[in-house]
Amino acid sequence: MTAQDATPLDPQIGRPRSTRLQGVFREILKAPITAKFGILVILVYGFVAIFAPVLTPYAETEIVGPQFDVWGEQFILGTDGLGRDMLTRLLFGARNTVGIAFITTVLAFVIGGLTGLFAAIYSGWFDQLASRVVDVLMAIPQLIFALMLLTIFGTSIPTLIIVIATLDATRIFRVTRAVSLNVVVLDYFEAARLRGERMFWLCIREILPNIMAPLMAEFGLRFCFVFLMIAALSFLGLGIQPPTADWGSMVRENAVLITYGDITPILPAIAIAILTLGVNFLVDWFLHKSSGLKDGH
Amino acid sequence: MTDRLLEIRNLEIDGESDEVWHEIIKGLDLDLDRGEVLGLIGESGAGKSTLGLAAMNFARPGCRIRGGTIRFDGQELTAQPETTLRKLRGVRIAYVAQSAAASFNPAHQLIDQFSEIPVVHNVKNRQEAESDAKDLYRRVLLPDPDAIGYRYPHQVSGGQLQRAMTAMALSCRPDLIIFDEPTTALDVTTQIEVLTTIRDIVREFNTAAIYISHDLAVVAQMADRIMVLRYGELVEEATTREMMTDPKMDYTKSLWAVRSFKKETETTATEINPVVKVDNVTAGYGQEDILKNVTFEIHRGQTVAIVGESGSGKSTAARVITGLLPPRLGNIQLNGEVLPKSFKARNKDQLRHVQMIYQMADTALNPRQRIRSIIGRPLSFYLNLTGQKREERIRELLSLIELEPDLYIDRFPDELSGGQKQRVSIARALAAEPEFIICDEVTSALDQLVAEGILRLLDRLQREFNLAYMFITHDLATVKAIADNVVVMLQGSIVEQGPKTDVFSPPHHEYTELLLSSVPEMDPDWLNELIMHREKHGVMASTSTS
Repeated sequence: MTAQDATPLDPQIGRPRSTRLQGVFREILKAPITAKFGILVILVYGFVAIFAPVLTPYAETEIVGPQFDVWGEQFILGTDGLGRDMLTRLLFGARNTVGIAFITTVLAFVIGGLTGLFAAIYSGWFDQLASRVVDVLMAIPQLIFALMLLTIFGTSIPTLIIVIATLDATRIFRVTRAVSLNVVVLDYFEAARLRGERMFWLCIREILPNIMAPLMAEFGLRFCFVFLMIAALSFLGLGIQPPTADWGSMVRENAVLITYGDITPILPAIAIAILTLGVNFLVDWFLHKSSGLKDGH
Repeated sequence: MTDRLLEIRNLEIDGESDEVWHEIIKGLDLDLDRGEVLGLIGESGAGKSTLGLAAMNFARPGCRIRGGTIRFDGQELTAQPETTLRKLRGVRIAYVAQSAAASFNPAHQLIDQFSEIPVVHNVKNRQEAESDAKDLYRRVLLPDPDAIGYRYPHQVSGGQLQRAMTAMALSCRPDLIIFDEPTTALDVTTQIEVLTTIRDIVREFNTAAIYISHDLAVVAQMADRIMVLRYGELVEEATTREMMTDPKMDYTKSLWAVRSFKKETETTATEINPVVKVDNVTAGYGQEDILKNVTFEIHRGQTVAIVGESGSGKSTAARVITGLLPPRLGNIQLNGEVLPKSFKARNKDQLRHVQMIYQMADTALNPRQRIRSIIGRPLSFYLNLTGQKREERIRELLSLIELEPDLYIDRFPDELSGGQKQRVSIARALAAEPEFIICDEVTSALDQLVAEGILRLLDRLQREFNLAYMFITHDLATVKAIADNVVVMLQGSIVEQGPKTDVFSPPHHEYTELLLSSVPEMDPDWLNELIMHREKHGVMASTSTS
């Protein structure tokens, strides 16, 4: 046995790590209160988004009562401008807005992430080309660019997803490329390259596992931005079209109620704010942990 | 004013990892008189730097001084607030770190950084500080002392930077300087100059010093007294001469034995034809050529050691052989067949036979892959092994590198020590069943005892599998231990090559002579004798610009 190699100083070296799941659970218990709040928020919203049809008392677009009814027994949060139940629309809005934002973010990550990885590995002209294209796209203000593209290509949901995903992919490209470049210069990457490994292996098995922490944090942040952009576009009339329930357009539709001192129109806005806050808290904690680990070593 | 400068009693320091506190220093005593030089020796993790820093009541982030007393010149330090300690640090106690490059701010000139200390502590004004700087630069034998201070850190060499840092430590004429492995990162020839400078300057200013190192031979030149540390405890303490001639503890004796590891049997080439031939290669990055007309060959069953200082082209030669850097002229041959210049053009079999082991085990293994995947990948990639057979072979390889398979196969690299990681790197190279392995400074980042283990392992594997090794190193002791043939490189050209015994016995090329004589010996008088010898013969101590 390698007596001289064993370092009895550190008792951690000497037994293998406990399983991934146990480790994750322990970490969550140790997390600060804000992070726990974030996790709770995400879980609740996720639950609502998935089970909306089962939870709601009425249907999404069904007119069930008088316009702008007050909060009462029959309609817990009142009705909106057309007589549809607010609570139902809020819960369905979760599903639509959150769902679409999620899909868009995932698509943005696939486009931007893969391009960023390739740019870091290939270097040379591909990197130059991609970076310059991204620079041009990022030079145009995002909201205005989105408005223009949506006007040109129409406002169906697939178009919405593709347009926003492409625009956000530029940011993801930058982040992925930057963190991948850190990995590409290390010896183990060179060893894999010298072995003759193909692009797929290099991206997925060598680089990706090592950049998960910053990417996940970026995912959380991007999700919030996409979410807000969809809400903003819907508020402006170019996002999710009526009668589909969506928090952004709900704010616009019911805005007039503010003049009567009713806070009902703010409810969708509060829903947006809480989700954004929750995700940000979670991302903060995540970033703190992953950068904190680097300091400790 | 007593003679006793530093008195540490029963020092206890803890370190934190994953919110658990471990003992790093377990109740140590230390005494130091004015003008005395104390050497602290031990492996990594023994607690030498921690103890040295504790002399000024400083604990690194993640550490805390739990107990004990630290008396500096009669004053108890442990209870003092930061404001008082700040007045001491830099002024009366100075610290010279291992990496001069990391200690200097790259955005400021050297003289600015020098002057900052006495000016901030109100010991001198700016003018006085600058002229003192120039005077000190002259005394540490920096070239062009009046002008060199106005350079930026990246404009001077490593050895010069280290001496500038020593001068900077002296700016307030401290009573105590703590030298933390100041020459470990330097070439042997530069090391001589820096060692001499430190020794002379410490004597001249009658400064007490704590000299920390893992290299016993180096400490033997500098220290009056030596303390050997292990796992935060004192193993042995004695005057230098006593320890050199009559070490008492087994551990101390084992630190000697390392330097005398020799190959058990002389290996001879098993085939006439070389497995790898570097044929008249000239290569470089851009305009400049790093390698110039380099030719050598390596046979199966033999080890060729490529020796040279930083910048000599050793690593570049490795990059040319592996195909990372296509040579401008010349070619690389594998078993007589000319290899495509770039690795991208080589086929799997050609890639398989040339394997590489890297210097830094930390970056050589993917931290997100388990040992099973790291060793298993070459098996599935090159040899198409799957399932049960693959698993068995992985276990076989783990046993070969002397790691218990059940214990290690599921671990991640950060759950292993440095030596263990290096062994896994070796297993990964072996998994491909190559004919030729490049070992790029594989033991340079390891402690002597651990390094010896690695060398023994490599030797055994070579005999068992008839491997050819190209061993790149700057450490001549390693070369003497494991090489069959030696290639000495200087600034991109081969200065001398041949069987080890030929190269290492006179007559030598001038540069080989310089290299050989610069390796510290376990004799306290070695440095003195070397200086006298060189002065007498007018030998330039170094060929680099320092």
